[in-house]
Amino acid sequence: MIAFTVNGRKQQVDVPPDTPLLWVIRETLGLTGTKYGCGMALCGACTVHLDGAAVRSCVTPASAVAGKRVTTIEGLAARGDHPVQRAWVEVDVPQCGFCQPGQIMSAAALLGSKPSPTDADIDAAMAGNICRCGTYQRIRAAIHRAAALRKGGQR
Amino acid sequence: MKTLLTRRTLLKGSLAAGAGLAIGFPLAGRIPGALAQTAGVFAPNQWLRIDRDGVVTIINSVPEMGQGSLTTTPMIIADELDAVLDKVRVEQAPANPALYKNPVTGTQSYGGSRGVRDHIAMWRKAAAAAREMLKQAAANEWGVPVESVETEAGTVIHRPTGRRLQYGQLVDKAQQLPVPENPKLKTPDQFRYIGKTVKRRDTPDKVTGRAIYGMDVKVPGMLVASIERCPVFGGKAKSFDATATRAVKGVKQVVQVSNGVAVVADSFWPALQGRRALKVEWDEGPVAQVSSAMISREYESAAQQPGQIARNDGDAEKVLAAGGKVHEAVYQVPFLEHACMEPMNATAHVKPDACTIWAPTQNPGGTQATAARLTGLPPEKVTVQTTLLGGGFGRRGEVDFIVDAVEVATAVGAPVKVMWTREDDITHGFYRPATYNVFRAALDANGMPSAWFTRMIGPGILIQKGRAKAGEVDAAAVEAMRNMPYDVPNLRVEWTNKDFGIPVGFWRSVGASQNGFIVESFVDELAHVAGKDPFEYRRAILGKSPRHKAVLELVAAKANWGAPLPAGVARGCGVVFSYGSYAASVAEVSVAPDGAVRVHRLVCGIDAGLAVNPDAVRAQMEGGAVYALTATFYGKITVDKGRVQQSNFHDYPMLRINEMPKVEVHILDSGEAPGGLGEPGVPSVAPAVCNAVFAATGKRIRRLPIDRDELKRA
Repeated sequence: MIAFTVNGRKQQVDVPPDTPLLWVIRETLGLTGTKYGCGMALCGACTVHLDGAAVRSCVTPASAVAGKRVTTIEGLAARGDHPVQRAWVEVDVPQCGFCQPGQIMSAAALLGSKPSPTDADIDAAMAGNICRCGTYQRIRAAIHRAAALRKGGQR
Repeated sequence: MKTLLTRRTLLKGSLAAGAGLAIGFPLAGRIPGALAQTAGVFAPNQWLRIDRDGVVTIINSVPEMGQGSLTTTPMIIADELDAVLDKVRVEQAPANPALYKNPVTGTQSYGGSRGVRDHIAMWRKAAAAAREMLKQAAANEWGVPVESVETEAGTVIHRPTGRRLQYGQLVDKAQQLPVPENPKLKTPDQFRYIGKTVKRRDTPDKVTGRAIYGMDVKVPGMLVASIERCPVFGGKAKSFDATATRAVKGVKQVVQVSNGVAVVADSFWPALQGRRALKVEWDEGPVAQVSSAMISREYESAAQQPGQIARNDGDAEKVLAAGGKVHEAVYQVPFLEHACMEPMNATAHVKPDACTIWAPTQNPGGTQATAARLTGLPPEKVTVQTTLLGGGFGRRGEVDFIVDAVEVATAVGAPVKVMWTREDDITHGFYRPATYNVFRAALDANGMPSAWFTRMIGPGILIQKGRAKAGEVDAAAVEAMRNMPYDVPNLRVEWTNKDFGIPVGFWRSVGASQNGFIVESFVDELAHVAGKDPFEYRRAILGKSPRHKAVLELVAAKANWGAPLPAGVARGCGVVFSYGSYAASVAEVSVAPDGAVRVHRLVCGIDAGLAVNPDAVRAQMEGGAVYALTATFYGKITVDKGRVQQSNFHDYPMLRINEMPKVEVHILDSGEAPGGLGEPGVPSVAPAVCNAVFAATGKRIRRLPIDRDELKRA
């Protein structure tokens, strides 16, 4: 049994310790917002927060999260209104949308550590997230917008 | 902990999956059926219905793969219906070709950027008919001539008396009226939504993780399978040893299917662990002899022989043989894989008397037909729920992943989701054909082309799929080449089919993706040989192609073509027609001493006739540019011993945000019939970039992807 917190709720899962966190989240816990894209930490579709930091859940073994806090896209904001999510809606970022939970989790972690990211900061933090629909330009614009929303005191 | 996939969850938000009433929804008044008589529902046709509460439900037949059909389809229908767009519900159509086929192609399969352009006339007519019936019902109620009433925001109004009736109040009376054959359509000045930017309906679900893709489908009692496939195309399992596989906790069954050996487990991870423990002996078949080096050699030797004639104006060979200024070049492009972000998958439940498929498919009709063929059930017993697609790009028009799900589900007698890994996806795709192309042109005294000869070598997608006859010119192979727009009095295009059994398919903009590159690069070469500005050179020979010319002029103006740029930065341009639309690009590029190419800015233009949702048009152009840049810089699938040598994003890389140029999109509203948008943004980008590389370095890129070693300066 591995015990950890997901989106503020305590969970205990009975899985082999080397099971990637991604599959625990998606299949054991039924939270399908976190996506599988490559299984090798190359695309970022599986990005979640582990104690507040962005990690690729597809290469994070379940054993590594024991006692820790995991946040998925479903838990980023109870009402889905995190500044990053609001900015994504304003800019109409998603196309197919499959990579976007991972993009949003990476962006939210970036803003957590750098409230006013430069374009270079965005490049560094977001280069691990592939978007095959090519929404990068809007992602960049939305991150700047989310930074402004946060500063406006709206969370 | 598993949530059930109920109608309710599927219908949540904009994510209707074609359940319930939409299945087999009748053409009221034309097809007898219980639903046609449903009290309190006005359903003049299969595209919309209105209930007594005034709730308008619109059926979207085009799968949502990122292009925005969940938004664009209701925009069109709500506009002509005069419904309030924010309040309409949208359901995804079930597979039912009799009701929902594309009226142009006759199939319920969606590719070729056909969502808006093939359907808009039909949808507008369907909605206009409904509006006329609602008006008539109100006019009858009030005893006034129908000409004296009008509609606005879900209401019929009689202005002289100020009387108003909501659509919901009219459904019972409207349902009794005949459906008009030729309803009056709005004029463009009356459009309320068409032509104005509307936010995507699916965004809220897509930023919160609520959106359901094929991979996310959950069905009670569902198992999950992963299939070990023969590494060689067309190979089959001779025998397998699953002893170690069965020892993996969670593995339930191991079954052989036509695409390999399926490991079925209670969830994906054990299925994959079991698959890794599997020992399979393969009969690799004849493709095991095929390699990329061998394909290149065969193409090169085929290029020495005459091909089939795809176009022949005048006598190009005679003019070329006469000598003078003749310029030659050979262009090559590789196989490419689509790399949808969501790897292939499908879920099936096969019962003796019925079958249900949940799939992220561009091809609901083909999915239904495939399941019917495999199960022996009549098509109407096969229900297809089209989920959201995590990318399509042509890959999801194929049905190989449907075959997987139906066969495994049949074998185990339970609902099964078959999930592909990224490695499965890259190594078992339907690739954009690799081609080899010989160009030769003669220039007249003014440097303009008097003769142009192109011989193309490669596989034919339509022929390989049995959709065109072997021995004929494959239309997909020569698109954007045989109809190239330039004024050349003597033009000959030949094509030779060379197919070595590598599966090929429709990759975002198909033949235009490579032929746009080779035509626009070669014409740029001719401009250089003639000593002329490449933009002006093109303008001079676009006399018969005014729409090409207009969109090229638009991007040249927006990019300040000819104005000075910072040192080391150079421009290139390209213009290509594909899928009903005209697109052009100007790229601003610099090349570092180590050969690294940086695209600073892309100015793109599109004439798609009518831009239904302008911001969605911009999004498709931005995305098309990125798809093209990935192919320009990285895309290359190679084969050795019949096996694809790439497997994941480390050796089949994608453009990332740190390499993203500024992309500007300019829409040319020509007022012509609507063209496509998903694909036309791709073809003009690679030539614009490579022509800019030439302008910056004097080195011509004749083979994609760009090899930075060739651009290195000592």
